[in-house]
Amino acid sequence: MAATGRILPLALRDASFAAGGRTIIDRMSIEVAAGPSSIILGANGAGKSVLMRLMHGLLAPTAGAVAWNEPDAERRRRLQAMVFQRPVLLRRSALANIVYALKVARIARMERERLAIEALESVGLVHLAQRPARVLSGGEQQRLALARAWALHPEVLFLDEPTASLDPSATREIERVIQAFDASGTKIVMATHNLGQARRLGDEVLFIHQGRLVERAPVEQFFAQPASAEAAAFVKGELPWK
Amino acid sequence: MDSVLQALRGAFGLMLSADRALVEIVWLSLEVSLSAVVFATLLGLPLGAAIAIGRFPGRRAIVVLLNALMGLPPVVVGLFVYLMLSRAGPLGALGLLFTPPAMVIAQSILILPIIAALCRQAVEDAWIEYEEQLRSLGAHGPGAALTLVWDIRFSLLTAILAGLGRASAEVGAVMIVGGNIDGVTRVMTTTIALETSKGDLPLALSLGIVLIALVIALNAVAQVVKDAAQRRYG
Amino acid sequence: MEMIRQGLLVLAAGMVMLPVHAQQRYITVASTTSTEQSGLFKHLLPIFENKTGIRVRVVALGTGQALDMGKRGDADVVFVHARPLEEKFVAAGFGVKRFEVMYNDFVLIGPKSDPAKVAGGKDVLQAFREVKAAQAPFVSRGDKSGTHFAELEIWKMAGVDIAQDKGPWYRDTGQGMGPALNSAAGMNAYILADRGTWLAFKNRADLAIVVAGDTRLFNQYGVMLVNPARHPSVKREMGQAFIDWLLSAEGQRAIAEYKIGGEQLFFPNAR
Repeated sequence: MAATGRILPLALRDASFAAGGRTIIDRMSIEVAAGPSSIILGANGAGKSVLMRLMHGLLAPTAGAVAWNEPDAERRRRLQAMVFQRPVLLRRSALANIVYALKVARIARMERERLAIEALESVGLVHLAQRPARVLSGGEQQRLALARAWALHPEVLFLDEPTASLDPSATREIERVIQAFDASGTKIVMATHNLGQARRLGDEVLFIHQGRLVERAPVEQFFAQPASAEAAAFVKGELPWK
Repeated sequence: MDSVLQALRGAFGLMLSADRALVEIVWLSLEVSLSAVVFATLLGLPLGAAIAIGRFPGRRAIVVLLNALMGLPPVVVGLFVYLMLSRAGPLGALGLLFTPPAMVIAQSILILPIIAALCRQAVEDAWIEYEEQLRSLGAHGPGAALTLVWDIRFSLLTAILAGLGRASAEVGAVMIVGGNIDGVTRVMTTTIALETSKGDLPLALSLGIVLIALVIALNAVAQVVKDAAQRRYG
Repeated sequence: MEMIRQGLLVLAAGMVMLPVHAQQRYITVASTTSTEQSGLFKHLLPIFENKTGIRVRVVALGTGQALDMGKRGDADVVFVHARPLEEKFVAAGFGVKRFEVMYNDFVLIGPKSDPAKVAGGKDVLQAFREVKAAQAPFVSRGDKSGTHFAELEIWKMAGVDIAQDKGPWYRDTGQGMGPALNSAAGMNAYILADRGTWLAFKNRADLAIVVAGDTRLFNQYGVMLVNPARHPSVKREMGQAFIDWLLSAEGQRAIAEYKIGGEQLFFPNAR
């Protein structure tokens, strides 16, 4: 894209999010810079999903601030994408789903189809381009969701447990695509509670527990020598799962 | 029980005879009710979607009102349209009273709240599933609403069929604004009312059975189309 | 998707064609259920339409509603049966001139068991008094129609203040002639009906004519052109042509010719 400046780094400053009288994210301060992929780790209910949504702008912090290195909200939004645990695809063909995203992103009409096919190629779905998206298998649907994000050429890609409801072979496919994203220079921010996946895809780990950032460390170091008791327990698989 | 059997036989006789006057009445019924459904759909779907997705003061009150209006009495709608279209009324100059377009107007008003309210519910339910994804892609406002309406089009068919059912079954509104004029504004329901007035109850019931058969056939066709499309698009 | 789009187009085209129905030479006649439901119009109108090419659209209502339709300018011609109301209509300038067309008669209908013991009588006033005395079920139209109006007149002539003296036996149904007859059939009640509707009525159950032939049961029909001076939309020439034809020798003959089961329903008496 015509990226004159980068939207990263992203900074959370004492950002909190509360809903229904419960604090889900508690005064978090994080800086997310371009480069190595960041894995947000934590038990179910730790606040991973809400944190991703605060970063992506789907939720606004109830206190504190989320700031980007780009004042223009429209441009900021167009240079990030998000893939959810369950892909939401429209009832139209796989190709049309991507074309739709490009249309909303105001990509010129004649460009859309070419970019969409390119994106389908990158996830290995070009042979299913004309197939209705909703009848694809779960793994294919998630790959299509990734292709849709790919077509937008985002600077940052948020992934919220993208393989949580997939079988191992589909999971491998998804991970391969995420690695390709990473290799193309897109910043990956992914929430997961799958430790193996964190090792395979991550460069650094942000470990959160009960809405707080407990530890931030390079992947190797995090798994070898977790600094906090909570992280150590989590790595050992002893943390009580809610 | 005898009279019901007699009516059933009568209904089959009527359908087989394909009597010209009856065919015209059936055709006009379909024409009027389907036209009303088209108008009410064109207005009701965007209206329902806007209320579903929009956030504005008084929204809850409008939802309550819309749900309540689903039960609009046909006679009241008919009377209202009659007074509007009467020569002495504000739209009298159009000369529409006692014509099929007047019946279309009345039925459109009658079923607009049904289609809008059911659409609102369907879109609101779908919005829960789609909202984050659409917002993430940058779709918002009327564009997002339209995307949603198109994407749940098969579920919305139910709302549209509910409108069609109501339109084809009502007699109060078309009787008043159409006048039940032989060969001009006489439809299935007003014919049934007329035959009942004449005390020809078996014929009235036979016509009723024909009407019900027709509505069932329309719904069956819609269901088949819907199922096929749903299999195709998921 | 393409299919749905095309379907919508076809429907839209269909709607555009709807108003085409209206592009004929026609007049609208507000008339009573008795003339429509007895089948008289089905007999008369084709003769007139063939002769003149003018289509007649009949909206059948109670006399009160039919006159109201004329007042609002929604009819070109009013063809009803309640002389005092018609005269008031013309006097107030809503109608141009009232012409008498034909008559038939009202009949008192009642259950064959005849709880009021009035069957076979000729005096309708006496019969009404007996019905009241016996508290036998009586169905009233209650809809300001010509027949309702006639019924109220008979009560008055019989010396009964029905508004005052009605009890649970007197059932004010607010219905047209046919539905009221259906109600009477269901309740085994007495009811005043016009002979034409009665003859054409099929759901008689246990009902039969109990009193007929009293001169006070005479039922005169009148026809009026709605005043074009009040409502410029009134189709003066075509409306007048219809009235003229009804009053002509040919129209009068056509009225006399209409029979159900060999029985003449309406008696032309235009002057």
